[in-house]
Amino acid sequence: MSIFFGIDVGSVSTNLVLINEENEVIYSSYLRTQGRPIEAIKNGLIKMLSSMPQGMDIIGVGATGSGRQLASMIVGADVVKNEITAHAVAAANQIPDVHSVLEIGGQDSKIIILDNGIVSDFAMNTVCAAGTGSFLDQQAARLGLTIQEFAALALEAKNPVRIAGRCSVFAESDMIHKQQLGHSTSDIVAGLCQALVRNYLNNVGKGKDIKAPVIFQGGVAANPGIKIAFAEALGLEIIVPKHYSVMGALGAAILAREAVAQNGKSNFSGFGLIHSDFLTSSFECKGCPNLCEVIELFVDNTLKARWGDKCNKWSDIIEDAI
Amino acid sequence: MKITFPHMGNLYIPVKGLLEYLNLDVIVPPPSSQKTLNLGVKYGPEFACLPLKLNLGNLIEAREIGADTVIMAGGVGPCRFGLYSQTEKEILNDLGYDYDCLVLEPPDKHLGQFIMRLRKIIGTNSWWRVIDAIKFAYQKAYAVDLVEKKVQHLRPLEKKFGTADSIYRHVLNTINDAQSINSLQEATNLGILKLEQIPQNINSEVIRIGLIGEIYTLLEPFVSFDIEKELGKLGVQVTRSLYLSEWINSHLLMNYYKKEQSKPFAKLAKPYLNYFVGGHGRETIGYAVGFAQEGYHGLIQIAPLTCMPEIIAHTILPRVKENYRIPILTIYVDEQSGKAGFLTRIEAFIDLIKRQQENNKRRIVL
Repeated sequence: MSIFFGIDVGSVSTNLVLINEENEVIYSSYLRTQGRPIEAIKNGLIKMLSSMPQGMDIIGVGATGSGRQLASMIVGADVVKNEITAHAVAAANQIPDVHSVLEIGGQDSKIIILDNGIVSDFAMNTVCAAGTGSFLDQQAARLGLTIQEFAALALEAKNPVRIAGRCSVFAESDMIHKQQLGHSTSDIVAGLCQALVRNYLNNVGKGKDIKAPVIFQGGVAANPGIKIAFAEALGLEIIVPKHYSVMGALGAAILAREAVAQNGKSNFSGFGLIHSDFLTSSFECKGCPNLCEVIELFVDNTLKARWGDKCNKWSDIIEDAI
Repeated sequence: MKITFPHMGNLYIPVKGLLEYLNLDVIVPPPSSQKTLNLGVKYGPEFACLPLKLNLGNLIEAREIGADTVIMAGGVGPCRFGLYSQTEKEILNDLGYDYDCLVLEPPDKHLGQFIMRLRKIIGTNSWWRVIDAIKFAYQKAYAVDLVEKKVQHLRPLEKKFGTADSIYRHVLNTINDAQSINSLQEATNLGILKLEQIPQNINSEVIRIGLIGEIYTLLEPFVSFDIEKELGKLGVQVTRSLYLSEWINSHLLMNYYKKEQSKPFAKLAKPYLNYFVGGHGRETIGYAVGFAQEGYHGLIQIAPLTCMPEIIAHTILPRVKENYRIPILTIYVDEQSGKAGFLTRIEAFIDLIKRQQENNKRRIVL
């Protein structure tokens, strides 16, 4: 059977998805990146290969997420796409007439507006990451809860407290203050969910025309407290798709299918490289006052790629040599 | 007297041409770089916008290589830039950099005041000589723009990406070195000829984007992460709302030259914004309308973070977007901006346009 592989290397999680020719998900995995993207990609691939049934033939690969270039270097992707396009494609695949996509990931959040399955407008958080997944993680840890317990607790709230959510540090001070006033943990957790939603709608969703059907995806969609807070704030039904946590990877896989259909062939280099040794190092170029930090990628002790230089003089040498 | 001035893209070429024509000693600051920005951020107020920080950095770097006199533009409009010459003067003074500052701004008392300021710079040169120098400087700006427009056209078409840019860099140097109208013409023609020889992909479809926004962020590629080059890589032909020579012609020379005039932006902006809001707010709206009417595929607005005129324009642009059904992306830049996030946004934006185009084509076929 011919299948397509999508990989999404994000700040917090590395997700892998396999789809068949009908765009149906046949495998998905969600791993923590933990600041070591190369290891996360390798572990993800090893895990996927061991659970892949016989007779599956990967004929296209797509990469997305902030680590998409790195992922593409390891597996040889047919398409390397930004997260916005990937998420929009996946959302339109799950709910064909979707109008608004709310996506909250580990460190970024975005809103995508579609018109007949085509993106017509989008926005990403720009200057502040208050109210993204990492913040919820932190607060859960501070309350001594796992992120799953944290999510469940929000549902028990009777009177959510109002928390100032503009800045994550001040939100934390405000939370501590509310705890010391004697509010219950569940009310505080629910209040935090509402603060996050308020922050999102004011900063990312400002000026956007949010209409039904609304999809809520990304890692944070696992939290029903946030889903309820969104539904209350928007007065609309919020749909959390089945594969909400791996939508980026799903989108990348669908884009790979489109790219292969168009090009007629794949760049996929096989999984030969997953047992290779990947090493990155960096140096500061002293060629001009920009002092760019040039990053070098070594595969089995051979220099394979360089990036990070503004003028491309270091990256060009490698490209010309290869 | 060794004169220097802050950078703004290719502005150094006409300004140097002007001052050297008047036999003045000119020191051009090193090109804006990370070091320039670091100096500006260190000594400038945090809440000032990006141009102040870079200007300050430029002047500090120029002082280190011997400049002792600064020419700055001032202004009396609602944009903060009008205050920057004075702010920078104070900061440089506090740092112990002894600079003579000459601020060129519209006179607030009487014309004599302006002429007196100007006399200080031009010294014993006759007014005729000054007029010739201004003409020469304008010709230089015009030559730079001519070559730049050619490069903007070629970037998405060239077979090996970067060929046009390397020729462009070289031609800028020869234009900068030209000492007479004749050698300037020669340099320009040779440059255009070289650019026309670049191998191009035929039949490649290009996306046309209008770049609108604040003048400094539009003209200085260092602060906009080389947005025009990055868009070129994505197959985009860029047209800016502002070109140096057009701006000089319309703002400083009262449209003396008829060949290259800017769009009637005030008229175009009128249904949306009929008031001068400072900076280039009205231009941004006017050009957005103009580009949309000409069938551009999308618009990108770029401005320094906290730029008041552009914030006003930003809030009005959704109406232009609705009326003309044209996608618009707004990007604010400051010293905290990161290239990765920037690239993600422009790539997604171009994807959006490409997918819309494909969809439209499919509809026509059906």
